[in-house]
Amino acid sequence: MAEDKFIYAVARVRTKELSLFNAQTVEQLMACKSYEECLKFLAERGWDTGAEGGAAGMLASEREKTLDFISDIAGKQPDFNVLLYKNDFHNLKAAIKQVCTQAETPGIFFSHGTVSTDTILKAVKEHDFSMLPKQMRTAGQEAYETLLHTHDGQLCDVILDRAALDAIYSAGKKSGNEVIKQYAELTVAESNIRIAVRSAMTGKKRDFLERALAPCDTLDVKQLAVAATSGIDEICAYLAATPYDRAVPALKKSLAAFECWCDNALIERIRPQKYNPFTVAPIAAYLLARENEINMVRIILSGKLNNLSDTSVRERLRETYV
Amino acid sequence: MNIFNNLGIVFALLGAVLAALMPGIASAKGVGAAGQAAAGVVTDDPAKFGKVLVLQLLPGTQGIYGLLIAFITLSQIGIMGGSATTISAVKGLLYLCSCLPMAIVGYKSALDQAKASISSIGLVAKRPDQFGKAMIFPAMVETYAILALLVSILSVGGVGNLHV
Repeated sequence: MAEDKFIYAVARVRTKELSLFNAQTVEQLMACKSYEECLKFLAERGWDTGAEGGAAGMLASEREKTLDFISDIAGKQPDFNVLLYKNDFHNLKAAIKQVCTQAETPGIFFSHGTVSTDTILKAVKEHDFSMLPKQMRTAGQEAYETLLHTHDGQLCDVILDRAALDAIYSAGKKSGNEVIKQYAELTVAESNIRIAVRSAMTGKKRDFLERALAPCDTLDVKQLAVAATSGIDEICAYLAATPYDRAVPALKKSLAAFECWCDNALIERIRPQKYNPFTVAPIAAYLLARENEINMVRIILSGKLNNLSDTSVRERLRETYV
Repeated sequence: MNIFNNLGIVFALLGAVLAALMPGIASAKGVGAAGQAAAGVVTDDPAKFGKVLVLQLLPGTQGIYGLLIAFITLSQIGIMGGSATTISAVKGLLYLCSCLPMAIVGYKSALDQAKASISSIGLVAKRPDQFGKAMIFPAMVETYAILALLVSILSVGGVGNLHV
């Protein structure tokens, strides 16, 4: 039984799933009258409200706890790298900007990635990108030289964001894990649509779009780029003929509503893993569910802190995994 | 032909060995896998030890049934007790066939019961109040191991009374 490998880990995940927020818990958090009351509520549920850096520190600490737990039960799983690439490319972006601007900003690096921040910083400082993994080398070199010569931070971001999407997509394709595959496909498609909408709003040209959009199975990026140069209505018309047709009403509403739709779609796809006792898929699903939960708490806390209306916060709330 | 006739005891012993070996291996694998799941639950909630232990042990019964068939066969052919007699090749083959239901069904059912047990351990981890129902799912698989045990017991007993 090859599936024996993750039986212990999945059993631990089952127990941990009990402490995930369900819809009722989210309602209780929403019902808290103030930001402080929310923190008290979270502290009662074991959240690290005493972490340095206020709410941001607490959310970072919760994310760390989850990644530590996953690493503890499943070890270093190559399949999970796809979930950490965002951190790697964020760290590379931060390192390039830090080296080019010669300004050190504390706390800009994420601690969990497939490459240590020290290695990334060393590679950028020494202009030796060969010490980075294959998927980061060329993009890192290109982004560094672009920022150094043009001082165009946006272009640097575009290069690295595109490389991150390509890396996620490629790792997802290679993975034998259905959850990881779906995550990679949905992440890349969502990012492409978000880039297309933002570009349509700011009137970006087609060459920019072709550079920024990452190919994926469910979207034709060339058609999406053409649609984006014509406007948001054209993007919606194109999406109506793709598997993302149900996202069109959300997209017409707002970009935030569309992001919410994408997160909900992912949760819907991974939900069957709650009943799967084998393979690495339920572990990946738990990790994504925790990310979703942390994201939701962030939305509620920032709503409470900025005195946003309940309706406005509810619009952004995602579906829960449990 | 003479060599074949002398192989009766070998066939019978082979049957006994298979009856003990195959369900034994599968039970060991099953109990081991269910044990991993049980340990995962107990790591975070030690209070569930009693419940998950019962579920862990369920795939172990096939090994015991296999042992029982092996004992009966060994005793019938006289290897246990030191009174081994010459038995014909046909009788030896009949003993071998008698042991096969337990060997094959025991092997398969132990592995499948382990999967059901692991799923039930996951159920108990989330809903400890549903322990009774969680027990029933893997216990259903036991039915077929018991049927195979019955067939093997009756056959081994029956073959002993045959004069072939």
